[in-house]
Amino acid sequence: MIDPARKLDGERDLLIRDGRVERVGKGLSDAGAETVELKGLWVTPGFIDLHVHFRTPGQTHKETIGSGARSAVAGGFTTVCTMANTEPPIDSVPLLEHIQAEAARVGLLNILPLAALTLGLRGETLTEMEGLRKAGAVGFSDDGMPVMRAAVMRRALEYSRGIGVPVVSHCEDKSLSEKGIVHEGVVSARCGLQGIPAESETVMIARDLLLAESTGGHLHVAHVSTAAGVAMIRAAKARGVRVTAEVTPHHLMLTDEAVAGFDSRFKMNPPLRTGNDQAALWEGLRDGTLDAVATDHAPHATAEKEAELEHAPFGVVGLETAFPVLYTRGVLEKRLELPALVAALTCRPAAVLGIQRGTLAEGAIADLTVIDPTIRWTVEPVRFESKGKNSPFAGWELRGQVRDVWVAGRPVLRDRKILLQNGETA
Amino acid sequence: MPWTRKDLLGLEPLSAEELRLVLDQVKAFKEVSTRSVKKVPALRGRTVVLCFLEPSTRTRASFELAAKRLSADILQVQPASSSLLKGESVVDTARNIEAMQVDAVVLRHNSSGIPVRVAQAIRPSVINAGDGSHEHPTQGLVDLFTILEKKGRIEGLNVLIVGDVLHSRVARSDFWGLSKLGAKVTFCGPPPLVPAAFEGFGARIATRLEDVLPEADVVIALRIQKERMEEQMIPSFRSYARLYGIDEAKLARAKPDVLIMHPGPVNRGVELAPEVADGPRSVILDQVTNGIAVRMAALFLTISAQEPAASSKPAAQTAAVSL
Repeated sequence: MIDPARKLDGERDLLIRDGRVERVGKGLSDAGAETVELKGLWVTPGFIDLHVHFRTPGQTHKETIGSGARSAVAGGFTTVCTMANTEPPIDSVPLLEHIQAEAARVGLLNILPLAALTLGLRGETLTEMEGLRKAGAVGFSDDGMPVMRAAVMRRALEYSRGIGVPVVSHCEDKSLSEKGIVHEGVVSARCGLQGIPAESETVMIARDLLLAESTGGHLHVAHVSTAAGVAMIRAAKARGVRVTAEVTPHHLMLTDEAVAGFDSRFKMNPPLRTGNDQAALWEGLRDGTLDAVATDHAPHATAEKEAELEHAPFGVVGLETAFPVLYTRGVLEKRLELPALVAALTCRPAAVLGIQRGTLAEGAIADLTVIDPTIRWTVEPVRFESKGKNSPFAGWELRGQVRDVWVAGRPVLRDRKILLQNGETA
Repeated sequence: MPWTRKDLLGLEPLSAEELRLVLDQVKAFKEVSTRSVKKVPALRGRTVVLCFLEPSTRTRASFELAAKRLSADILQVQPASSSLLKGESVVDTARNIEAMQVDAVVLRHNSSGIPVRVAQAIRPSVINAGDGSHEHPTQGLVDLFTILEKKGRIEGLNVLIVGDVLHSRVARSDFWGLSKLGAKVTFCGPPPLVPAAFEGFGARIATRLEDVLPEADVVIALRIQKERMEEQMIPSFRSYARLYGIDEAKLARAKPDVLIMHPGPVNRGVELAPEVADGPRSVILDQVTNGIAVRMAALFLTISAQEPAASSKPAAQTAAVSL
């Protein structure tokens, strides 16, 4: 059992009753309880993803809450935060309730919606943040439509202070990224592809950090991709700014060299950066500057992705590969300790949101993920639960796979089969 | 060493030996162009598709003549008559072309990398006739051949490429070809249009033309597009011409035997003063003449390198496109 919130890493018994962890210890027994033997496997708190796109409403040909939920469960996630940039965007309470109703109908896992920061993601007028918060929004973000007007971001951070949830910022100055499609550097120059300079991210991180500092609002920086961005967040944390940040598996694992084959599976925003940036992201994850791993799971239809590189949409899927990729190429290659990886997927994202999950302490909600570290498998996107097959990790040979997932004491994945509410396999 | 590539996608992947082999073949075909009967039966019965999905006059004409002189049949696919629109799956497009049972596809596209992806997907030869800002390998070969013809060598020459390097596929192909054959390449132009990244590959970057023009053996001026003004990359054609346009006054300090080249079409009075473009040091029309022999060599070598039609594609190539 690996529970980084309590620095626990060892063999334990776990007694679950009424959806909560009742006891953790050695040699536990309870006459009335069903016993599940998990010897040789790893049990961790259920994974939490701060950043997914389930495309409902409006783009259900790319993903639905149902297919997204199955994808999440297959990847070991018990809680995901859905981004608000749907069509229409989630900028009012009825739309938020629509997501929640769909999530409840699907069941399977906890789907916590973020709401839009501004009406229509236009970056002009703030949404009714307190009403959306009361209705269940766990944060506010215009994600791919970054708020270009500093005054709007400043007001949002001020408001959020009283509301108690983070403002999630996709830091990008659109006037610098323009029509760019890959990182501006050696690869873009060689391949003749329009570049997105690192400064399109860093100038916005700088702006938002200054605004968070002066307002006291909680800024969460989405998908950090640059070394300079990591350095600024580190310095801001050191002087007490309320900032948290996330990093994606693809930015940790890949560099812009991957785009040299003109394959749109490697086109995402922010773009894959250089080896220097990549090293800084790992360092940031190790030292805690980057709080969480988030997938930015962004499914697209295959035909959309097969268009020319300029016209193919940005984004990659990530839920079903996140842990095995980071375990195989991160932990086994000594870039990160296993408990630190588990923390970045459990208690640390829980802390970003301020939710009481991400641990298996006694009394905690029994969300848990069971991993078989011995399984060897090859990533085959056609077998994904997600409708999106746009994985940058296709063909990778990995070690370790999620075997079972329990949400609030109820199994939703067993031996890699998804279970419906009545216990049937999906 | 025989030529083994079924495609010509760029000069970056080619070795110096491969470049020399192509240039030898160009020389042989240039001899054909001097005969009164300019046609050889090398590709009789073969079909070449000219798929120009971006406007082009001279490159298409050059490929058409080249294919005709090799006795190939030609199919023209033009933007107005084709359904090849923005956003269509590239793989679909490629498979449709392949289904026409053709031997070679000459492909021009405004997106970088399209010929690379098409070549992975289909069995016919793919010849890149210019893709976005990536490569224009036959134009690069034209420049190599023209320099070789006029100077007798490439190794050790100082070649100055002036202008919008950032958006130029010709500059990239020229750079790879020239540097692999031992020339020293300098890029010069307005800093926003000259990517410093090429220093990492061995190019020299210069901002002031007067610093580098005197030592040049060859000057290749690149076409500058109006869009660069809208994008704030240059303030105006007039100021561009003052700083980077090549006129007699600037040439007074150049080597007397400097070659002046341009991939065309020239904005007269912007990249080159009219008297320079038409002057004794200009080899612009030689470039056009050599274009036909270069494209004959490209078609002939790539089609000749194909596997017999009955054999299947290697598994790795199939896998690369199963997205």
